[in-house]
Amino acid sequence: MCNRFKVLDGIITCSERALHSAARVALHAFVFVFSILLLTVPTLDAQTKNSCLDCHSKLDAPLGIEEEQFSSSIHAQKGMNCTICHGGDPSSDDMERAMSKASGFKGHIERAQIPSLCAKCHSDAAYMRGFDPLLRTDQFSEYQTSMHGKLLAKGDTHVAVCTDCHTMHNIRPPNDPESSVYPVNVAHTCAHCHADENYMKQYKIPINQFALYSTSVHHDALTVRGDLSAPTCSTCHGSHGASPPGVASVQNVCSTCHVFQGQLFNSGPHKDIFSAMGLPGCITCHSNHGIQHPTDAMIGTGKGAVCTNCHTEGDAGYTAAGTMHDELEKLNDAIHTSDEILSRAEKAGMEVGEAKLALAAAQDNLTKARVTIHSVRPEAVDQEIKAGLKVTDSTWQEGLSAMAELKYRREGLLVSIVAIVFVLIALGLFIRRMESGQTGVSKESRQ
Amino acid sequence: MGIADGLRQWLDERFGWHEIRAFIEHKTVPLHRYSYWYFLGGMTLFLFVIQVLTGILLLLYYRPSANEAYESVQYIMTQVRFGWLIRSIHSWSANLMVFTAAAHMFSVFFLKSYRKPRELTWLSGMLLLFLVLGFGFSGYLLPWNTLSVFATKVGTDIPGQIPVIGKWIMVFLRGGEDVTGATLTRFFGFHVAVLPGIATLMIGLHLLLVQRFGMSVPPGVEEEWKTKPLEQREMRFFPNFLLRELMAWYVALAVLGGLAALKPWELGTKADLFASAPPGIRPEWYFMFMFQTLRMLPAKVGFIDGELLGVLCFGAAFLVWTLLPFFDPGRPGRLQRLITGIGFFALAYVAVMTMYAYVAK
Repeated sequence: MCNRFKVLDGIITCSERALHSAARVALHAFVFVFSILLLTVPTLDAQTKNSCLDCHSKLDAPLGIEEEQFSSSIHAQKGMNCTICHGGDPSSDDMERAMSKASGFKGHIERAQIPSLCAKCHSDAAYMRGFDPLLRTDQFSEYQTSMHGKLLAKGDTHVAVCTDCHTMHNIRPPNDPESSVYPVNVAHTCAHCHADENYMKQYKIPINQFALYSTSVHHDALTVRGDLSAPTCSTCHGSHGASPPGVASVQNVCSTCHVFQGQLFNSGPHKDIFSAMGLPGCITCHSNHGIQHPTDAMIGTGKGAVCTNCHTEGDAGYTAAGTMHDELEKLNDAIHTSDEILSRAEKAGMEVGEAKLALAAAQDNLTKARVTIHSVRPEAVDQEIKAGLKVTDSTWQEGLSAMAELKYRREGLLVSIVAIVFVLIALGLFIRRMESGQTGVSKESRQ
Repeated sequence: MGIADGLRQWLDERFGWHEIRAFIEHKTVPLHRYSYWYFLGGMTLFLFVIQVLTGILLLLYYRPSANEAYESVQYIMTQVRFGWLIRSIHSWSANLMVFTAAAHMFSVFFLKSYRKPRELTWLSGMLLLFLVLGFGFSGYLLPWNTLSVFATKVGTDIPGQIPVIGKWIMVFLRGGEDVTGATLTRFFGFHVAVLPGIATLMIGLHLLLVQRFGMSVPPGVEEEWKTKPLEQREMRFFPNFLLRELMAWYVALAVLGGLAALKPWELGTKADLFASAPPGIRPEWYFMFMFQTLRMLPAKVGFIDGELLGVLCFGAAFLVWTLLPFFDPGRPGRLQRLITGIGFFALAYVAVMTMYAYVAK
């Protein structure tokens, strides 16, 4: 109390000054040491002993593990180490002790045991919630219903288990582009087995799915356009519950994305007929893995039309298919004709923005008509076509008006130029005549 | 006494018609091998008058709000009788006016017409050129299309680089932190009220100064006339020079009509403030040399920000250029040759950088 008053008063003794200096040094030393400790804590944590990696990172396959790969896996990221699956004591440098049965070491895990091992954590909702409350915990039960799971239960260890799709030591979340189950990589992961002729021989199933899928509109959307919501194998077959959809459920699978097409198909006459004939919904016309971008040629009676696979000349379906195709062609042609004249006018500098916008509405009608095809009702298709044709009639007229206006402008320009040239000549002659009579006035010398 | 004589007498009694007439009759223009450069000033004035007339007509339909501007210009282009012609002539003549004003400035520079006693004529002319550029910059935004909005964003970002006052200037120009409907309203105000008011005053002052000091004769011609006084020639302003000027205006009118009919000014697509900037954003051609320079500058030049350095350099260059008459000694010598050299360099720089900007995209 007394010292403080002295400092405030500006009076301080030598001994007190020395005390202040010592206190200051001590404080600085404390801050320095504390900072070092703070910086060291995470480092110490990160360097927690893992004797498994010390050895296995130096070994070749199949026992070798790349340290960098493991450390970037989701398990390592969440602070788990080898013991979570393999048991053992990674804190010991003694190999015998580290891999002793007493420490719970499991070593090689049999393929048949893998799903249940993973499920120990991944089916434990309370445990998984600690990492992400939105994480699913039904993978194992789904797997048991899958073709893979059923065959594994029967003792076939050739079928896919968790690690075949997710890898063993480099497991990454599905939204990681380097993950084997990232949407763009899923088809390659499945193809690893399903495109292998020797591997699939025993199951007697085709191996061309990946080759066909690679040519499909879905593959194009996913890999070229980068639309990660576009379907890949697991979108239709399921991932953990992977199984081929049954004949009756095909349209349900497709209509999860193609909602209107599904509804229209269900409301039309084809649904019951297909069921009676044992034909799967969508894929009867569109195929399954190699689905191509649908064209208007698919409907109708011409080359490439799928309707003629069942319908023959003279039946009602054959006539309806032809009518719907002709209607689509009619609107498509009308849109192209309008677009052509409007583009020509626009290129010539005419403002046709409103007409072009209206033409987009006609394109919408065409798209709706194409979707309505799935109801196979010509009168419903015709309704959309008529609405579209009404728009194209108007845009065509606007295109004609724009071209007429363009002609009018050019004629007007020609007349104006002629008039201006005439005035220029007249002015030139006038100046010449005026100056010929103004010698010494227009170009006079000052002297 | 006929009506004409009566009117003349009426005017004479009130305004001194005889004096005005005598003044017009005696006004002359020097006649020499560079006389055709004199037409550029009149041509710029003619284009300004066209701007005013077409601008007034556009005002009858244009609506200066972010919701209506684009649609109103679209309406002018498609529904209003000859609206397309008026708008296209307004836009083309604005560009031609920038060209003729710049050409007029360079002709005055190289013919040394800014020498004593015409320093103020040059100064008023330079201010008019900046006003013309201001007209161009503010008018570019008014159709409220994608290109104009994003170019205005880039354009108003540039003064924002100036230390201390830059941010304030940017906010003042934009009417806020960003380019919005408030910027459009503000630019409209600049374009149709503030700038025309100042420009009209400046044109009046410029013409008054031209009238007060007369047309300048290039130093070379002046020397020749000193040694050969008999070769000194003049042309009467009215009607001889004015009729020739009229012919040039007719030619300009034909060019404008041709451009408007064959290449009407584009409207583009309506601006969407929430969309990301489309590729190919660029200002009008007369700002391209600056735009390209700023684009080529590295992010940092030493310790200073590259763009800021560019803005400061251009600011200093324009200031020096505007004050050139005060540096020119008025007689042949090393300094005058240096000033002429700077002029050639500036012209070449503007031309090359503008062309490069279009080639480099």
